[in-house]
Amino acid sequence: MPTSLTNRFKDGLWRENPGLVQLLGLCPLLAVTGTFVNGLGLGVATMMVLMASNALVSATRRWIQPEIRIPIYVLIIASLVTCIELIFKAWFPALDRTLGIFIPLIVTNCAIVARAEIFASRNTVASSILDGLVMGTGFACLLMAIGAFRELLGQGSIFSRMDLLLGGEPVLGIILTDGGWLLMVLPPGAFFSLALAIAAKNAIDRRRREKRGTLSRRPRLLNR
Amino acid sequence: MNNHPILKSGFTLAIIAAVCTGLVAFTWQLTNAHIAANQQAWLERSLQPALSGLVFDNNVTESMITLQPPHGLPGSEAATIYRVYAGDRPVAALFLVTARDGYTGPIRVLVGIDVNGSVTGVRVVEHRETPGLGDRIEANRSDWVLQFDGHSLHDPEPGGWAIKRDGGQFDQLTGASVTPRAVIKAIRETLQYFEANADTIFATRADADVQERD
Repeated sequence: MPTSLTNRFKDGLWRENPGLVQLLGLCPLLAVTGTFVNGLGLGVATMMVLMASNALVSATRRWIQPEIRIPIYVLIIASLVTCIELIFKAWFPALDRTLGIFIPLIVTNCAIVARAEIFASRNTVASSILDGLVMGTGFACLLMAIGAFRELLGQGSIFSRMDLLLGGEPVLGIILTDGGWLLMVLPPGAFFSLALAIAAKNAIDRRRREKRGTLSRRPRLLNR
Repeated sequence: MNNHPILKSGFTLAIIAAVCTGLVAFTWQLTNAHIAANQQAWLERSLQPALSGLVFDNNVTESMITLQPPHGLPGSEAATIYRVYAGDRPVAALFLVTARDGYTGPIRVLVGIDVNGSVTGVRVVEHRETPGLGDRIEANRSDWVLQFDGHSLHDPEPGGWAIKRDGGQFDQLTGASVTPRAVIKAIRETLQYFEANADTIFATRADADVQERD
């Protein structure tokens, strides 16, 4: 069991990372990753929705006729996102104001409906929650990594405005340089960062395969 | 039921819809009070910068009046005025107005003006200006927005209410001139509105107060 658990985490974080490999949920990924704290906030919100929606879809899978499964997924996901939005408004109002429209837009994150369809509708509740956790973690890690990268290059700081999540006085974070490369904060920076992240992942995978001398082994997703 | 799969599907959908609605209603119940308190606290906190140094005793957030356009204030949407009193004596008015000619859309600005017509504080409440350039109108990014404190419509004269590049007396922001122009214009127009309408602004409040006491 522990090996399969490790494997599941490797899938979510690396081999089948929703953002890096499946390229799902690009809209929030590109839009909110201007800073680390934004990436963290949206990542955590997405993960919570993903876990809850996987749990609900899995729990109701026996009663759902295949013809109406998509409207039911949409119903479940939309309600959960509304709940998460209310929770954010109540307990993280500042972050809610920064992320703005992107919290309700979690509804449109295809990663969530994809996991409901691919995984939760065929597996047990516990297993589906775990799937939500690992996939959500993978997505959140990518958001945080891109957020940190863009913040570092674009503003010359890191971990700024952590008070949005933790509360308290505004925090400026660790400032390394005054100002930065503006392009990275603007939308093109998001595309460049994602491209670099995907390229880096592919390069690492390739080097690993070459080390093992098994170039024939394909990424698993391609076998689908 | 088996002969009517569509009925069965409809039934399942209805049940799931009811459960989901219940879930949202439950969460709303749980968070409703918190959200209202947060919004109130946020409003009070955002008005605070324009209230510093003033002596007053009324609840500012409750003294709000909303003006529907056309109202003569900057912006084509509803403008909000918060009145500040000490006893029956007017102290200041805080205006929430919109500068329409920002670089990337409207800019919501809070302008505090005391009863003598001097600016008590300006804050940009909401904007979509370019990060790193125009967003330095935010008070936590630069001091730019603080330079208006204490100025009034006749100090400097109306011609001076512009950035230095346009012959005015206020600092510009490197790399962004549309944004500061828009904000300064909104402040100047708000000051003009205040000069012309100060009496009505404060008078309506006194009337409302009397009615409430009755």
